[in-house]
Amino acid sequence: MTKTVLTVDDSRTMRDMLLLALEGAGYRVIQAEDGVHGLEVLAASGGADVVITDINMPRMDGFGFIQGVRSNPAYDSTPVLVLTTESDATKKARAREAGATGWIVKPFDPAKLVDAVRRVAA
Amino acid sequence: MDTFEAIKATFFQECDELLADLETKLLDLESGAADDETINAVFRAVHSVKGGAGAFGLEALVRFAHVFETLLDELRAGRKPCDELTVRTLLRASDVLADHVAAAQGTGPEVEEARSAALVAELEVLTHGEGGSPAPDEAEDDFGFQPVAFDLPSLDLPSLDLPSPDAPGAPAAGGWRIVFRPHGRMYVNANETGLLLRELGRLGPLEVELDDSAVPMLDRLQPEENELVWTIRLTAPVDEAAVREVFDFVEGDCDLRIEPIAGEGPELPPLIETPDAPADDIDISALLAKVQDEPAAAVTPAAPATSAPAAAAPAASATAPTASSPPAAAAPATIRVDLERVDRLINVVGELVIQQAMLAQRVTESGLARSSGISVGLEDLELLTREIQDSVMAIRAQPVKSVFQRMPRLVREVAEMTGKRVRLVTEGEATEVDKTVVERLAEPITHMLRNAIDHGLETPEERTAAGKPSEGTVRLAALHRSGRIVIEISDDGRGINRERVRGIAVSKGLIAEDAALTDDEIDNLIFLPGFSTADAVSDISGRGVGMDVVRRSIQSLGGRISISSNPGKGSTFTLSLPLTLAVLDGMALGAAEQTLVAPLSAIVESLTPKAEDVHYVGGHDAVIRFREAFVPLVDVARTMGFRDAPVPPGQGVAVVVETESGARAALMVDAIHGQRQVVIKSLETNYQQVEGVAAATILGDGRVALILDVDALVANARRRPAAADLKLAS
Repeated sequence: MTKTVLTVDDSRTMRDMLLLALEGAGYRVIQAEDGVHGLEVLAASGGADVVITDINMPRMDGFGFIQGVRSNPAYDSTPVLVLTTESDATKKARAREAGATGWIVKPFDPAKLVDAVRRVAA
Repeated sequence: MDTFEAIKATFFQECDELLADLETKLLDLESGAADDETINAVFRAVHSVKGGAGAFGLEALVRFAHVFETLLDELRAGRKPCDELTVRTLLRASDVLADHVAAAQGTGPEVEEARSAALVAELEVLTHGEGGSPAPDEAEDDFGFQPVAFDLPSLDLPSLDLPSPDAPGAPAAGGWRIVFRPHGRMYVNANETGLLLRELGRLGPLEVELDDSAVPMLDRLQPEENELVWTIRLTAPVDEAAVREVFDFVEGDCDLRIEPIAGEGPELPPLIETPDAPADDIDISALLAKVQDEPAAAVTPAAPATSAPAAAAPAASATAPTASSPPAAAAPATIRVDLERVDRLINVVGELVIQQAMLAQRVTESGLARSSGISVGLEDLELLTREIQDSVMAIRAQPVKSVFQRMPRLVREVAEMTGKRVRLVTEGEATEVDKTVVERLAEPITHMLRNAIDHGLETPEERTAAGKPSEGTVRLAALHRSGRIVIEISDDGRGINRERVRGIAVSKGLIAEDAALTDDEIDNLIFLPGFSTADAVSDISGRGVGMDVVRRSIQSLGGRISISSNPGKGSTFTLSLPLTLAVLDGMALGAAEQTLVAPLSAIVESLTPKAEDVHYVGGHDAVIRFREAFVPLVDVARTMGFRDAPVPPGQGVAVVVETESGARAALMVDAIHGQRQVVIKSLETNYQQVEGVAAATILGDGRVALILDVDALVANARRRPAAADLKLAS
């Protein structure tokens, strides 16, 4: 069955790149532009298999969004990957503290992105 | 790769939006109109530019954006004050950032290294203080927020006491022994033991062993916790790094020990075996089923993997922010459409309007009764056609904001170059006008703003001496007036030096020495070709372009430009343009079997002059008395070369027209056919430019009608006497 990935990013460029990479790998992609929108899209589509979110976004940032996802019993076991520009250990630890399942370091290589999604997708 | 290029195009498009937004927000900071969110938005804009640039390997851009972003992050966190000096630096940094984007896009020259480096240095001083050396990447802080608190009971279970893993080792010939004990936290973050096993399984054959000895009895079981210890034998000669990578996401949320198998020691019987299983064929459900068959399954609620995270859920859900989060804010529902499609639609609608008019004419000619079904249906069709046309035009309408937004930078630069202090005030940014018009507004506005600062405003010293504030004000405003868009550019500078303008015009032979001109007429002399007020063409407003070029570019848009000036107080340039370049409300006129269209906006009134109303100046130049003044009478059919004989006195209709600058003339035609909306077809595109003709259109009967260039006709009619004067004078 086709798996659905929700991408949450305020940058159209980034959304397009994620879309290109993920659709190319056979995923169905739904998109949102910020945290608030992300929760709306998640609710409207009845959930996603994997969520990818940016951190710096208007209205509701990535942390608020992850908290929203994790605190809803319907999605609390949905894997959430965070897009981050840095790869050092403290950043990863903070992502984890925030409830992220994993991370993708920007700029990402499409193969690595797809691999990360595959790794966390049930 | 096409898609890649398309995304790159999107990136640059997005950059333009981000840069515009960046500048607006920085100006808000400068003017004190900012709130807490402003600096965050500024940060995000630069962050997004950097993110995209990184994806496309635009290194110069990434480097600059990174330094910029670093300072913004300090400001955002309140670690550095966002004072006036800082905001000015940020504004200049945003200009350089824009240049970097343009250079990366290939639409601008390479950014001068020195300029970029100088600003980088300034930003770094602001970030780290004077002399402070930047710590690499110190401020890059995606995660500088309060982490989500999950408040889990601390683990006081017997620790595995695992030694910390050694430095990554080389491939171990015998494979790896992995001891893994997930913490409850790992499941909260939606990581699963089963998935980790699946990943390991991709590296090679696994033997998995489960130690359930630490699992308490059912009554003391903590569903959020995990007491299972997994021992995995991976018999494949892979790098330790590859094994470690599998646990990358869960490092810190588990106890993990990875050690090479030396082929020694008594092994516990393997829990399950997947001998020689191809990497992808690990059957997780079978594996889990097997796990449950083992004695440990007696406490299935604590079984790992799938059930644990679900059990962890209810604790956190009590304070679900989703439940209380505000309902979907009505986000503006917009779609992005390729401009080409819109243009195609507009063209088709233009054809539809013409076709509709032709059909209506045929029906009228066929002599059907006005009350007939066909006629009534046709009228409804006409209304709908109009509505479709209006709606389509509305799609193309855009606020002038996109052009106005570019101006603060220009003003800053010109002010810097001229040493003047300038404040730019913009009004009516939301005024909408056809996209084509918006695009073509940028150049004339740019030129006139330069002109206003360079020529219009005085230096701070001169201003102070004249009792004015040392900072000059330039106002850029847009408004709708009677179906046109009006752009006003005014300054509070010295105004036009009429004596000097007049002197130049005389010396260049543009007017006669003794020509009697009103103040307004003198002011408007600056639009004459070959006129330039600057003694030497200056770097800023010169650029080899005079006001006549500005006027011509405005006229090519069907617009008009005029100036009014108040010596010592300042000048105002007024541009007036049609809202769209596609349709025109016009008056159909008949002249010598031809139908011509005059723009309705130019028409003042029409009259049927009696023979005695017409007077002749110098024996042949006709004028007509109109409201206590004489206006030149232009015989349209003669001027256009349709026939040689003028309209006989006492016949025909005079249509009085007025240009934006207020000059009037009466157009003498045979008849007025009535008002209609016409679709403008460019004459230059299809034929060539014709003096006195602005464009063409197709009439209901399928014939081509010319749209008159009223300004040219009036200017022609009024210039003739002046030219005659000149001859007399020379």
